[in-house]
Amino acid sequence: MEKISCLMMGNQAIVRGAIEAGVKVAAGYPGTPSSEIIDTLSKTAPDIYTEWSVNEKVALEVAAAGSFAGLRSLAVMKQPGVNVAADFLMHLALSGTRAGMVLVAADDPGALSSINEGDTRLYSKLMGIPLLEPGNFQEALEMTKWAFELSEKLKSLVILRTVTRLSHASGNVITGEIKKEAKKAYFEFNGNMLDPLTGIVTTIPVSVKHSLQHEKLQQAGEIFESSVFNTYVGPENPELLIITSSICNLYAKEAVDVLNLDSKVAILKLGTTWPLPSKLIQACIQKTKQILFVEEIQPFVEENIKVLSAGFPDKFGPKAYFGKLSGHIPMTGELNPDLVIKSLEQIFTLELRAFSSSYKKKADKTLENCTPAREISFCPGCPHRASFFTINKVLKLDNRNGFTCGDIGCYSLGILPGGFSTIKTLHAMGSGTGLASGFGKLSQFGMDQPVISVCGDSTFFHSGIPPLVNAVHNESNLTMVILDNSGTAMTGFQPHPGLSTGTGGEPAPEVDIEQVCKAMGAATCICDPFDLKKTENILLELLKKKGVNVLILRQICTLSPEKKGKKYFNILIDEQKCKGEDCGCNRICTRIFSCPGLIWNKEKNKTMINDILCTGCGVCTQICPADAIKAKAC
Amino acid sequence: MISKKLKHDPYNLIITGVGGQGNVMSSRIIGNMLSSSGFYVTIGETFGASQRGGSVMSHVRVSSKNVLSPQIPLGMAHMVVSLEPVEAIRVLSSYGNPDVKVICNTQPTHPIGVISGRLDYPSQEKIEKSLKDLSSRTWLFNATNIAMGIGDPIFANIIMAGALSAAKELPLDKNNFKTSMETQFSADKIKQNLMAFDHGINMVNSQ
Ligand code: SF4
Ligand code: SF4
Repeated sequence: MEKISCLMMGNQAIVRGAIEAGVKVAAGYPGTPSSEIIDTLSKTAPDIYTEWSVNEKVALEVAAAGSFAGLRSLAVMKQPGVNVAADFLMHLALSGTRAGMVLVAADDPGALSSINEGDTRLYSKLMGIPLLEPGNFQEALEMTKWAFELSEKLKSLVILRTVTRLSHASGNVITGEIKKEAKKAYFEFNGNMLDPLTGIVTTIPVSVKHSLQHEKLQQAGEIFESSVFNTYVGPENPELLIITSSICNLYAKEAVDVLNLDSKVAILKLGTTWPLPSKLIQACIQKTKQILFVEEIQPFVEENIKVLSAGFPDKFGPKAYFGKLSGHIPMTGELNPDLVIKSLEQIFTLELRAFSSSYKKKADKTLENCTPAREISFCPGCPHRASFFTINKVLKLDNRNGFTCGDIGCYSLGILPGGFSTIKTLHAMGSGTGLASGFGKLSQFGMDQPVISVCGDSTFFHSGIPPLVNAVHNESNLTMVILDNSGTAMTGFQPHPGLSTGTGGEPAPEVDIEQVCKAMGAATCICDPFDLKKTENILLELLKKKGVNVLILRQICTLSPEKKGKKYFNILIDEQKCKGEDCGCNRICTRIFSCPGLIWNKEKNKTMINDILCTGCGVCTQICPADAIKAKAC
Repeated sequence: MISKKLKHDPYNLIITGVGGQGNVMSSRIIGNMLSSSGFYVTIGETFGASQRGGSVMSHVRVSSKNVLSPQIPLGMAHMVVSLEPVEAIRVLSSYGNPDVKVICNTQPTHPIGVISGRLDYPSQEKIEKSLKDLSSRTWLFNATNIAMGIGDPIFANIIMAGALSAAKELPLDKNNFKTSMETQFSADKIKQNLMAFDHGINMVNSQ
C-alpha cells in the first residue's frame, strides 16, 4: 500500500520523530524558531512529560534526569539558549547519558527572529557531541528518531541542529509507527563507579571520562561513514562537487536545476556533520577537481574538511575550494537559491541569469515611488507602547540624560522608532539588568545619569533574578521596570513560573514577581501602564530615589488568548476638537505615539481610528491634549 | 496517483500581507488542499518578531515531482496573492516577472511611517495602475470589507483562497475546501468559511 504523506512543519516532523522514538521526557524554553516543538508535544502527547522550564540550562538538566533514569528524553531550545545551557552541556557531554537523549538546537541564519547569528554546530566540536543536520522535512522526522538510537548506542547526548527555514517551513512527510513501551523510571547508582549504566553519573575522573568520550566520537564517525543521511547525487565525475548540509541542500538542488547544471555538478549532502565521515568525504572528493561548500552560518564543514585534507594529502590532492572562505558564499546572513545560483554562475563563468531587465527596472521604480517601508512595531493596543511612551517621557522630564538598558522579548522593539528609540543597550536574556547594575555603580567616577532596565516577566525568571540580586547586594542604583504582560508573548504565550497555569494548561503554583523582588530587598511597586499619568508620576519619583527600585508594569498582552478580540472601549474622534496640524499638539497621537490603530488623514487634516486594527485600549485618549479622542465603554 | 496536472511544475505561489493578518492561515489551507490531492507542497515562512506589524510572506510551491526549497528564486513567482496592496508591489519587485498574476485585497494597512506622516501611502489609482503594469492579469477587490460583513476581518484569508481557486491557476476546488474545513471546524464556523470562499470565487468570476 502506498503510504500517505501529510504536510508538516519541520518542527512538527521533529515532534513526530521524537514520538515515534518513544520519547518520555521533553523540556525546553521558548525561542523562535524552536517553540512549536514543546508546544506541540504538550498539546498532542499527554503520556509524555513535557515542561517549559525556567531557562535552557534547567531544561537540559530536566531532560538529562529523564535519560539518567532510563527514559528517552529531549531538550529543545533556540541557539542562544544553547549558550545559556553550555555549562551543563559540556559536563553532560563528558559524563555521558543513559537512555537516548537528544538536544534539538534551532539556529536562525539571517537573524530573522533573533538579535544574533550563532551557529550551534561549533559546540559539537568544542564539546565533543555527535551532530546531525536534517536536509529536508522527511529527514527531520527520520533523523530525530534515529538520533535517540544513536545516543543510546553511544551513551552520549546527540545534537540535532535545525534552522528557521526548516523548522518553520512545511513539506510532505510520511510518518512511521509509534513506539509504545511502558517504562518505569529508576535511577541506578549502586553499580561500579565507572559503569555507565549503573554507577554514579559524573565527569570524574576526568582523564578516564575524557578518553571515553573520544572513543565514543570515533565510534560515531564510523557509524556515520555508512549513514543513509549522507547522500551523493549527480554524475560520477562532476566538474564541481557541492558539499552541503541542512536546508542549504534544497537551495543547492534548486540552483543546479535552475541553471541546468545537473550533468556537471554533483551534490554531497551531509546529514552527519560532526564528527565528519572522513572516508566517505575522501571518496567523493576524489571524483572531482573543484568543490563548493554551501552551508549556514559558519564555514564549519568547509574548515573541517580542509583540516581533513591536510591529514590525507595524497587522497585529497590539489583541489580548488570555493565557499565562504573564498568569498563565493557570503560569510554572514542566510542563504537562498539565488545566492547559490550566483556562486555557480561565477565558478562556471556563466552569464548572469536573464531577468527581464526592463521588468525589474519598472518594478524597482514602482517600489521606490509607491511602496512606503514597513517598520516592525508593537501591535495596536500593546502595553509595551504605553510603557515605553512613559519611560521615554519620564527620562526627558528628569532631564539628566538617563537611559534604558533593554532585554529580550517583544519589548526589544523599544530600540526602534515604534518604541520611541527608548532602548540604548540590547544583548542577551537578563543582560539589561546586569548592565544597569554596572552602570549604577559608576557614580564614583562621576556618572550622574539615571539608569533604567526593562525586563519581561518570562525573562525575569529566566535570567533577570541574579542581576537584581547582584544590584541589591552591591548597592547599585537602578530602576528595573518589569514589563509584565502575563506570558511569553513573542513566541506564542507559553506559560512561565509567574502564572497559575503549567505547560499543558493545568493549574500550577505561581511564583509572585512582586514578592520575589521584595524578598530581595528591592523597593517594589505595581502599576497599570495603560494609566499613563500614574505610571509617569511613580517612575519620576523612582528615578530620584537611590538604591534598587522595581516597578512592575502589569497589563496583559493584547494578542493573548484571554484578551484577543476583546475591546475595553469604542474609540471615537471628535472631529470638532481634532484640529490636526493646526492644533498646536504637534500631532502627538499619530506623529509620535503612532499606534497602528490610528490613521493620519492628510486631506482632512484629522486623525481617524482604524476600526479594523484598534483594540480599544484607550491609551491614545490620554495622549491627545485637545481631548479629541474619546473612549466609550463597550 | 496525481490525476490533475499543473500549469507549471513547480508552481510558485506567494501569499503576502502584514503581520497579524493571518497569512499563515491562508498558506496552510491552500497547502493542505493541494497536498491532499496528492501534490508535493513546500511552504516557506517565518514567524516571530518579524511579524509584529512588518511585511510577511509565505512561499507556497507545488510540484508533482518532489519537495522544493522553501524559498522561491527571485523573479520566479507565477501568482501573488496579497492581503495588502503595497505588499503586493513589494513582492513583485523581487519575485515578479511579466507573466505573473496578482490577486489583491485593496484594503490598505498603513505602516507606522505613514501614520506618523514621515511617508506617503500611494493612492488607490496609483496602486491599481502599478499592479496592472507589473502583471499579466490582476484581480482587485476589497476582501476586508466583505470579511467584516461575514463578521471578522480574518475571513479575508478565506476569501483570497476562494479567489485563487476561481482564478483556475491551481487545481483547487470548493469540494476540496469543504473537506478540509470539515476536519478542522464546527458546523457554524464551516458555514461562515464556505460563505467567504464563495465570495472570493464571485469576486474573480465577476472581473
Ligand atoms: S504580541 Fe503582545 S507584547 Fe508583543 S507587540 Fe503585540 S501586544 Fe505587544
Ligand atoms: S485605543 Fe488608541 S492606542 Fe489603543 S489600540 Fe486603539 S488607536 Fe491604538
